Amino acid sequence: MSNVLANLKYSESHEWLLDNGDGTVTVGITDHAQALLGDLVFVEVPEVGSTFAVGDECGVVESVKAASDLYAPVSGEVTEVNEALGDSPESVNADPYGAGWIFKVKLADKAQLASLMDAAAYQALLDSEA
Amino acid sequence: MQRTPFYIKHLEAGAKMVDFAGWEMPIHYGSQLQEHHDVRTDAGMFDVSHMTILDLEGADAKPFLLKLLANNVDKLKESGKALYSCMLNEQGGVIDDLIVYYLTDTKYRIVVNAATREKDIAWMNEQLKPFNATLTFRSDLAMIAVQGPNARDKVLGMMPAHEVAIAEPLKHFYGAFINDWFIARTGYTGEDGFEMMFPATQAPKVWDALLAAGIKPIGLGARDTLRLEAGMNLYGLDMDETTSPLTSGLGWTIGWQPAERDFIGRKALEAEKAAGVQQRFVGLVLTGKGVLRSHMKVVCSQGEGETTSGTFSPTLKESIAFARIPAGTETECQVDIRGKLQSARIVKPNFVRFGKSVLDV
Repeated sequence: MSNVLANLKYSESHEWLLDNGDGTVTVGITDHAQALLGDLVFVEVPEVGSTFAVGDECGVVESVKAASDLYAPVSGEVTEVNEALGDSPESVNADPYGAGWIFKVKLADKAQLASLMDAAAYQALLDSEA
Repeated sequence: MQRTPFYIKHLEAGAKMVDFAGWEMPIHYGSQLQEHHDVRTDAGMFDVSHMTILDLEGADAKPFLLKLLANNVDKLKESGKALYSCMLNEQGGVIDDLIVYYLTDTKYRIVVNAATREKDIAWMNEQLKPFNATLTFRSDLAMIAVQGPNARDKVLGMMPAHEVAIAEPLKHFYGAFINDWFIARTGYTGEDGFEMMFPATQAPKVWDALLAAGIKPIGLGARDTLRLEAGMNLYGLDMDETTSPLTSGLGWTIGWQPAERDFIGRKALEAEKAAGVQQRFVGLVLTGKGVLRSHMKVVCSQGEGETTSGTFSPTLKESIAFARIPAGTETECQVDIRGKLQSARIVKPNFVRFGKSVLDV
């Protein structure tokens, strides 16, 4: 069973978002997404300072078997990226909601957070895909 | 979807099952990377029962294979000796790659791929018409490969003394019968080990015994990274009916001598050689960012080529690939990875053997 955390928001493309309460969110991929991909061997993080609109490709996660695009779940400017993933992409598998975080975004529009799924809605999405 | 006799055992072992050429096969049992390392450092087992075991028997078995195969079965003098060969069409394209075991001058065992079964058997039977021999598909057999530095010891440890006496002295690329089993010191990982064929009805029992001996189940995912590191081609990706062995890194498998042996495809290969082989088959080690995959464009000083297989090498911790590129001598190239050109080193298509890198540093 995939782990879904109650305090996070979720996108349909299986990113999670943590509201840091200071106008920024931390973004990663969900436990479900990392399990589907399998062992990650490469993560291409976006550049700090780059800006994305909702749905833009903003990075790549690659497992031994396949590459998968990362999509910006909200619009905004990238303020910080997890440089440690360069040496240890497996952190995304081991701890997708912690050490495996991928980047932080300064929200262009705080209202966008409300339009994302909460844990119950995301769990329902996973159940429907199962 | 077809299932092997080990199907229920895969489920018991927690396999994630996928469709492989119409077969429901395990891609991994949790972690493809861990399985890869298990084979490089200890011992793992692969269900390869989907592969096609064929027995060829009859007075003309040898002359038939001398015609059918690009490699020369006349090299096989000792019973049990194996030979890797391509089976070509008249244009010199590869219909399949296979292993043939010499048993006697009138009896051979041949193992061909799973995805190519129907076309292989049809082609072989067509070519067999003027010859006095019969081809039998051994659907009654299961096949398992046990590979890794500890593979032989673990398998031999399960055998009674009279069987050890047969299996233990087997040299690389030799096989032998033990009653209704055939056990060969062959594989597809670059590690030592055995490939074993036996009645399918025994499959679950064999699996349990191998597990109990500490041999871990390995899925098709790790099988692919292991074979790529070991510099072994995969049919359908690295070569097919439109590519010749000369541009697939398989020139070494062509039995040119004696010159009068008129195997199928020989004339086309001779013409290709006389005209000058236009492409070379190489290994790539990515120095730029990303992961090499199949069918990526390769940019060389002399023109463009393409990767045929690519992956992340768990042993080298770098991305590696096979590629077909224009003939030349350059040692660097660039690969188009998702729209960006990334640098790669050109090396021999062979990366890891017996757990160690074989790359020139």
